[in-house]
Amino acid sequence: MNIKRRDFLKVVAGSSLLLASGDVAFARTAKKLPPSAVGILYDATVCIGCKACQNACKQYNEMPAEHTAPEQIWDDPVDLSGKTLNIIKAYKNGTGATKDAEINGYSFVKRHCMHCIDPSCVSACPVTALDKKSDNGVVTYNKNACIGCRYCQIACPYNIPRFEWDDPFPQIRKCQLCDHRYKEGKFSACCEFCPTGASIFGKVIDLLAEAKKRLTLKPGDYYHYPVAHVTSRETSYRPVSIYLNHVYGEKEGGGTQYLLLSGVPFAKLGLPVLSEDSAANRSETLQHTLYYGLIAPITFLGGLMYAVYRNTRKEHEDKGDKL
Amino acid sequence: MRIDQESIEHDNIAGLSRRDFVKFCSTLAVGMGLPVGMGAQIAEAVTVQKRPPVLWLSAQECTGCTETLLRTSHPTLEKLILELISLEYHETLLVGAGRQAEDWREKSMKENKGKYILVVDGSIPTKDNGIYCKIGGKTALALLGEMAADAAAVIAIGSCASWGGVPSADPNPTGATPAHEVLKSRGIKTPVVNIPGCPPNPYNFLSTVLYFVTFKKLPELDDQSRPKFAYGRLIHENCERRPHFDAGRFAIQFGDEGHRKGYCLYKLGCKGPETFANCPIQLFNDVGSGAWPVGTGHPCFGCSEKGVGFTLPLHSPARPKYVTPPSIFPGIEAHKSGGASIAAAAVVAGLAGAALGAGAVTVKKLGEKEEGRKGTEE
Repeated sequence: MNIKRRDFLKVVAGSSLLLASGDVAFARTAKKLPPSAVGILYDATVCIGCKACQNACKQYNEMPAEHTAPEQIWDDPVDLSGKTLNIIKAYKNGTGATKDAEINGYSFVKRHCMHCIDPSCVSACPVTALDKKSDNGVVTYNKNACIGCRYCQIACPYNIPRFEWDDPFPQIRKCQLCDHRYKEGKFSACCEFCPTGASIFGKVIDLLAEAKKRLTLKPGDYYHYPVAHVTSRETSYRPVSIYLNHVYGEKEGGGTQYLLLSGVPFAKLGLPVLSEDSAANRSETLQHTLYYGLIAPITFLGGLMYAVYRNTRKEHEDKGDKL
Repeated sequence: MRIDQESIEHDNIAGLSRRDFVKFCSTLAVGMGLPVGMGAQIAEAVTVQKRPPVLWLSAQECTGCTETLLRTSHPTLEKLILELISLEYHETLLVGAGRQAEDWREKSMKENKGKYILVVDGSIPTKDNGIYCKIGGKTALALLGEMAADAAAVIAIGSCASWGGVPSADPNPTGATPAHEVLKSRGIKTPVVNIPGCPPNPYNFLSTVLYFVTFKKLPELDDQSRPKFAYGRLIHENCERRPHFDAGRFAIQFGDEGHRKGYCLYKLGCKGPETFANCPIQLFNDVGSGAWPVGTGHPCFGCSEKGVGFTLPLHSPARPKYVTPPSIFPGIEAHKSGGASIAAAAVVAGLAGAALGAGAVTVKKLGEKEEGRKGTEE
C-alpha cells in the first residue's frame, strides 16, 4: 500500500465533509403509531384502588404471588418485579383527605409497560428478543432469543422491564398487553376486570379521542365512563373530577400506547418528564451517523495506519525490509 | 307447568300447599344456580314420577350426616323420606330391624336395579378384609361393592365417605378408605358424587338428589367429584369477615378486642383460605345470618377439605389457595429489586465451575495430544 500524504489528507477531508452533512442525510425518522395499534387508557380520577386489575393480571399471565410482609399471606409487591407485571401504587400528601388533589390529597396510579411507539428497549436489545409488533404495536418479549444482557432495563426510561433475579433460568418480565388473549376474542385482563372503567382497552386513536374528550368536560358534571373497553356500552355514570390538562403518553418519549389522565402532576405519580423525541431515535441517529457505510471507522483506521506507517518507515528501511 | 292431577286435587304436596312446594323447589333451584323457573320442573319431577328409591349405607360414621338431615326445615326429614324420596334402607331410620331389614334391602335392590340412588356415609375399612365394620354379618366393603354395582349413582355424604374423614386420620388403624376409591379399586363404574363436610350442609345433599331426579344426570362436578354449585368457591371468598383480612385486622386471641369486634380469624387458625364450601352463603339450621362456625367466632376447621380437616393442627395458620393483594398500597418511589437468590447463585456458580473444569480437562488433553505427536515425530 502506497499512499501519498496528500492523497490521504484528501480522503480524510472528503469523509469529514460527508460526516458533517450526515446529520440530515442519515437521521432516522421518528417511528409512527402502527395503523391498528391497541393500548390502554388509565384515568386515575376514576380508579378506586381495588386492585382487581393487579389480581386479574397475575391470574391471566400465570404469575406467582409475591410476599414482602412477614405474614406471607398476601400478594403484596412493593414495585414491579419478575413476579409482578402490573401494580397499583398510591400517592399521598399531607392529610391525604381529597382524592386527586396534589396538596393534602391522594391518587392511585397503575404502572406497567407503556408500549412506546418508539421503544428504547427494542432499540437497545441486541438480539431482538424485545420486539414491537408491526400491526398492533405491542412490545413483546421472546424468552428463547433473550441472552440476559439486561440492556432493556437500562434503556427503558420508565424502569419497566424486570429481571428474575431469583430464578436460575431467568427471563425479563414485563407487561405484554395480554397479547395471548386476543385470539380468544379477549383483551387485557386488567381492563376486562376493572369495575369502574379506570382502565379501558381499545385502539390508541379511540383512546386518545376519549382522553381529549374527558379534558373538555366540566368538573362536577356527570359523564358516562365506558367500562373495560372504549367501545363498551356498559358505562359507569359518575361526576367528572378536575383533570390536569395533559394526556400523559400522547407525546412523552415519542408517544406511548398506554395513556394516562390524572388530577395530580404525573411527576408526582412517578412518571418521568420526557421530551417529545424518543431516546431510541436520538441514539440510533447518532450511532447510524457515526457508522454510516463504515466511512468514519475506515477513515479513523486509515489515519491510524498512516501514523503507524510514518513512524515505523525509518525502522523498516534501516533493516532493509520492503513494505 | 304440568303437575300431577292427583296432587293438584290434594293441593298438598309434602305437607305444604302446592304454592309453597313450588317455592321450596325454586329455592333449591336457585341454590344450585339454576333459573328460578326450574323450580316448577323439579316439583313436577318429584310429584309426577315414582318417588326415587334411595338406599343409605352407613359404614364407619358417627350418624352426624343423618343428624344434619334432621335439621332441615324445608322440607323436614319426614317429608323428605316419606313423600319426596322413597327411603328403602337406612340403618338409623328403618322401622324394621335385623333379618327383616336386610331382606328388604335385597328385595329393593332387585326391584330397583340400576335405578336407585345409593347414599354412603362413613368411610370403608379395608384393612384385614374390612372386618372392622360389619352389618348383618357382611363387611361394609362387601356391602358397598354389591350395592354400588346396581346403583344409578352413588352419593358419598360427609367427609368420611368423600375422602376418609376422622377414621382415616393418622395412623388410620382400620385402613379407612373413601367410597370412590373402593369403587375404583373394584372396577365399579357407577358415577360418584362427593358431598364432603363434617357434617355437610343438608341442602347441598338435597339439591344434588333432586337435581339427579329431575334431570336424570349429576350436577356439574369438580376434579374431586364435588358439585360445583356448592364447592366451587373457597370459604374465604364469600366470608363476611373478608374485608378485615384484606385490611390486615385480625383477632389474635379468643376474647381479645379484635375477636369481640368481629375481626378476621386467620391468625387463630381459620382454614377458610384453603377450604372449598358454601358455608358462608348457605349457612346452617335456617336461623338466619351468622349461623356458621366463622359467624359464631370460631375459625373454620376445614372439615370438608381433604388434607386440611383432621389433618392439619386446628390453630395452625392456613396456606391461602388464591393469594390476593391486601388493602395497603406501595408508595410511588421505585424500590430496588433484590439480588440473586442463593439457589440461583448456586446453580450459576455450579455451571460456571463445571465449565471451568471441562475447559481445564480439554486443555490438558490437547497438551497430551501435542506431546504424543511430538514423541512419534522424534
